Amino acid sequence: MLGSYFGAVCLASILLECYVVVCSVYRRHFVSELPINIYMLSAAGVTCGLSFCIYRFGYSSRQYGYYYYYTDLLLTILMFWVIIHFYQEVFKEMCVSRYVRVAAVLLLLATAFFSYLVVHQNRNHLLTMRLVVEIGQNLYFIGVVLTYLLWGAVVKLRETRTRLVQLVLALGVYFSATACSYAIGNLFPHLYLPFLRYLLPAFGVWLPAAWAYTFTKVPDNARMVAGALLARAR
Amino acid sequence: MIAALIFVISTATLLQFFVLHCRAILAHSSTIELSDRVRDLTGITNQHVGAGEFHRLLQLVRLCPERGDDRKEIRVVRAYYAFLAILGRATQAIVPSIATWTETEQRCCSYFAAVALDRRISYSRDLFSQQVADRL
Repeated sequence: MLGSYFGAVCLASILLECYVVVCSVYRRHFVSELPINIYMLSAAGVTCGLSFCIYRFGYSSRQYGYYYYYTDLLLTILMFWVIIHFYQEVFKEMCVSRYVRVAAVLLLLATAFFSYLVVHQNRNHLLTMRLVVEIGQNLYFIGVVLTYLLWGAVVKLRETRTRLVQLVLALGVYFSATACSYAIGNLFPHLYLPFLRYLLPAFGVWLPAAWAYTFTKVPDNARMVAGALLARAR
Repeated sequence: MIAALIFVISTATLLQFFVLHCRAILAHSSTIELSDRVRDLTGITNQHVGAGEFHRLLQLVRLCPERGDDRKEIRVVRAYYAFLAILGRATQAIVPSIATWTETEQRCCSYFAAVALDRRISYSRDLFSQQVADRL
């Protein structure tokens, strides 16, 4: 039962991630959307490795845990590249891409340093695994902040590309849900095994599913007023 | 302390992003005019569709042959409608303004279902015409 759940989640992830890349290649946007494609290919590769870990060591093994969290960290850092790409798209006409890149790298370094400080202060009763979970939580939270600021920029600069709007919103859901799960895991560690272990891989399916939907259903030239979504929300 | 703060902020942003994402999906359908055919069939007389009509319209949608390309949209909107229904019920007594807002949103979901029904009816008609033409 447990194995079939993880198997289904892994298979769905791999198929959807490959589908996003195929869509991009088919529309001849592979190079212009390179960060998204690299992320999707890496995520598919990581998921294949995850399936191997489950098959070889089992989902309750230490190896699976280490593999999951460490590769998740690497994927999150790749995701920062995707966010920078979105920022560059939004600020394209303002020619500030260099500043965006520098700011993102500084933020990443600051997050790693902050996580190191937290773990260093509690080093007497912490394991290396805790460092990974701590950094994971902080990185996802930085992702939430960056996506929220990006959404603010989308609204303020009156971005009209429907596809970009939907991609950013799906990213926001993904980062918020994962950061929330990590925070729950930190607050209530006993909830990890019965609850979060199943939820976190499922969140991994959300992003490729939402992006696959956007790339399939929303044409390149579709336009909408992002601010109107907020106006209707009031 | 930091984890608690991250939890609260992430939950708030999650709700906001989820609502906005569903709105982005609904936004397209709200610009489409309903055909007379669907109005006759469903008894909808004006541009507004009642919040409670969603499930009835969805049942009619299910009776039509599937187009295959709207299943995911319908699933997301159905989840959004269920979320709004829970939120509306929970806040009805405490914060009536939120309950009013959820009702407005549910009306958008119902309108989306009516548009999906319209599309599927058109698709069924096309299929039927094609079959008749093939026989001739």
